[in-house]
Amino acid sequence: MADFDWSFFTEVLVGGLLSGVMYSLVAIGFVLIYKTSGVLNFAQGALLLFAALTFVSLVERGLPFALAFLVTFAAMVLIGVAIERTVLRPLTNKPPITLFMATLGLSYIIEGAAQLLWGTQVHGLDLGIEDLPFDVAGVFVSQFDLFAAATAALMVALLSAFFRYSRIGLGFRAVADDPFAALAIGLRLPFIWASVWAAAGLVALVAGLLWGARLGVQFSLSLVVLKALPVLVLGGFDSILGAIVGGLLIGASEKLAEVYLGDLVGGGIEGWFAYVVALAFLLIRPAGLFGQKLVERV
Amino acid sequence: MTLHTRLKTAALAAGIALAALSLPAFTRQALADEQHFPLQSYRVGPYAAGGTGFFGGFIDYLNLINTRDGGVNGVKLTWSEAETQYEVERGVEAYERLKSHQGIAAWNPLSVGIAYAMIDRITADKVPLITINHGRTDSTDGRVFPYVFPLLLNPYSETSGIVNYIASKEGGLEKLKGKKIVVLYHGSPYGKETIPIYELLAQKYGFTLQQIEVPHPGNEQQSQWLTIRRAKPDYVVLRGWGVMNPVALKTAAKTGFPVDHIIGNVWSNSEEDVIPAGEAAKGYTAITTQASGADYPVVKEIVKTLYDQGKGNLEDKKRIGSVYHNLGIVNGILNVEAIRIAQAKFGKRTLTGDEVRWGFEHLQLDPARVEALGAKDLFHSINVTWDNHEGNGYVTFQQWDGTKWKVVSDWIAPDWALLRPIIEKSSEAYAAEKGIKLRTAADAEGVTN
Repeated sequence: MADFDWSFFTEVLVGGLLSGVMYSLVAIGFVLIYKTSGVLNFAQGALLLFAALTFVSLVERGLPFALAFLVTFAAMVLIGVAIERTVLRPLTNKPPITLFMATLGLSYIIEGAAQLLWGTQVHGLDLGIEDLPFDVAGVFVSQFDLFAAATAALMVALLSAFFRYSRIGLGFRAVADDPFAALAIGLRLPFIWASVWAAAGLVALVAGLLWGARLGVQFSLSLVVLKALPVLVLGGFDSILGAIVGGLLIGASEKLAEVYLGDLVGGGIEGWFAYVVALAFLLIRPAGLFGQKLVERV
Repeated sequence: MTLHTRLKTAALAAGIALAALSLPAFTRQALADEQHFPLQSYRVGPYAAGGTGFFGGFIDYLNLINTRDGGVNGVKLTWSEAETQYEVERGVEAYERLKSHQGIAAWNPLSVGIAYAMIDRITADKVPLITINHGRTDSTDGRVFPYVFPLLLNPYSETSGIVNYIASKEGGLEKLKGKKIVVLYHGSPYGKETIPIYELLAQKYGFTLQQIEVPHPGNEQQSQWLTIRRAKPDYVVLRGWGVMNPVALKTAAKTGFPVDHIIGNVWSNSEEDVIPAGEAAKGYTAITTQASGADYPVVKEIVKTLYDQGKGNLEDKKRIGSVYHNLGIVNGILNVEAIRIAQAKFGKRTLTGDEVRWGFEHLQLDPARVEALGAKDLFHSINVTWDNHEGNGYVTFQQWDGTKWKVVSDWIAPDWALLRPIIEKSSEAYAAEKGIKLRTAADAEGVTN
């Protein structure tokens, strides 16, 4: 162990943790929808693409940053409400697989609509944060990744405050706990669902901007959902905290595995290694680290 | 014949005449002399940016020939498009759907996967398959692959061209000894195709080599670039595709690797690869077979004849002269000239696929002919023969200055003599596996009408 390069190990670990935060950003969007409606919204990646593409197209047409953000957010709210009204509400009480297939179909429709509306060109997105490294005791840390981590932390804090203290947030928690009981006490489920879709739209917009600044705004953005799935399996589909912790664990383990185990098996393992970790957790804790355990009386 | 019957007969005759007059355009065109290009294009989906550029440039050139010259010696060029989204199943389905069209000149799918799936089919149908700058390397050997043409550049030539360029920067091939080169490749058959040839060149020239895979799609490369930083190479060769390219450039900047020591391969050389990387791409250099920019006579003519008349294929005029658009134009030139050469032998009429194959096998355009076609400095030359289907294309290198590509090298020749025996070894193994008899020059002269 004397020869082990701890500085390099730390660098890989920190880089992995910061990448994990980026995965968490996408995963949070899934959690919001799943928690209230039990739907694994496969269209989250497509929403992310749509948000980023809309934003960057508006900015390129001369809209100021803040206005483009607001207009895009409004568009995301409209899309969320439209999805709830036209797709999910008519499918209420249908089996989960039906709802999942509906969101799968939605993802294709949204991707197609995004390209139809804004074209197929690849766009650069500059958020004004330099993506250059700075040296912390011999370890290179990315400024942009730190900014992304801070944004994720802020978003989690805002969402937590919203769900803890606002009326809609409390309604959201009631629906998440027991939708039938929530309905029985007079909560307006459609309104809460629409609000949650709007919140997921905001998460998609923020994640879309950060991922878009990293990858460029292009069709491949919708593929980042593949990074969020193992995070959800590990952290639990209905826990925001789980999405954060899951993201950190997946990010760190896949990077360390790629660097230290990759050479032994020919490299290129991080894409599937994340799923190995997630499956291992699934076998031990089927509900994920922070997911709600379902107990049914029979 | 009663009046009633006569009226019915007259009405029927008039109906038939009207129906004939209102036949769909493509049916009537099929009766005239025309040469058809079925296009398995991809204008939506993850690779749409490349697809719209390439097929836009290809169609623009065909359209220029029709508009300016009335076709190739009077034979009109036609085309039909089928959307594949770059998916192999859709590409094959499009092939089956479009192959019945009369007078097909050649297939140009611009997709390794679709091309691989078509080889047996087009060989049976005796129609050329053009895989400009890509495809399987051993299809260069026309003895084994009579109908496949990886025009201008196969992956091995690309590898040799890149190593020769690095050598030229270092002061000669002998200066490569002791240098360290990392190849960062896409985790796909395309990405892995050049692994053995880099190993061979490392042995030959004495440089240290490390090849690192990036899993598809390549939107996360932190660990690979940290490994690179630890390895401290002199150069990194980027053999990427799609989103992998801008992410590589951004992550290189993030981990402190100098961008001007990253050399991109031919599928990492477009505007779509650098624009999303922003400042991180400034100074990045990549190989190409065709220079970018709109300052070439043929591109200017396309602008004047088509775009100024509202007939151009690109929706966004700013993309005229981009890497993919110019690749499409060059591809158009090569297809059209193959037809022209074949017409000189077989007559100025609609040719069969096999006759066009003969044309491709005699596609020899020296720099003077390239200049006459308005493409001087756009691409160098090509010299296809019956057994060399690549045609010894030259390469050049372009550097991204933040807004446009700028040529920074002369035209460089890959080491074809070194590569040919390796290509033949691979193609002969393929022939043995498939029970293919090696073609001779005499076989190649025989043409099916």
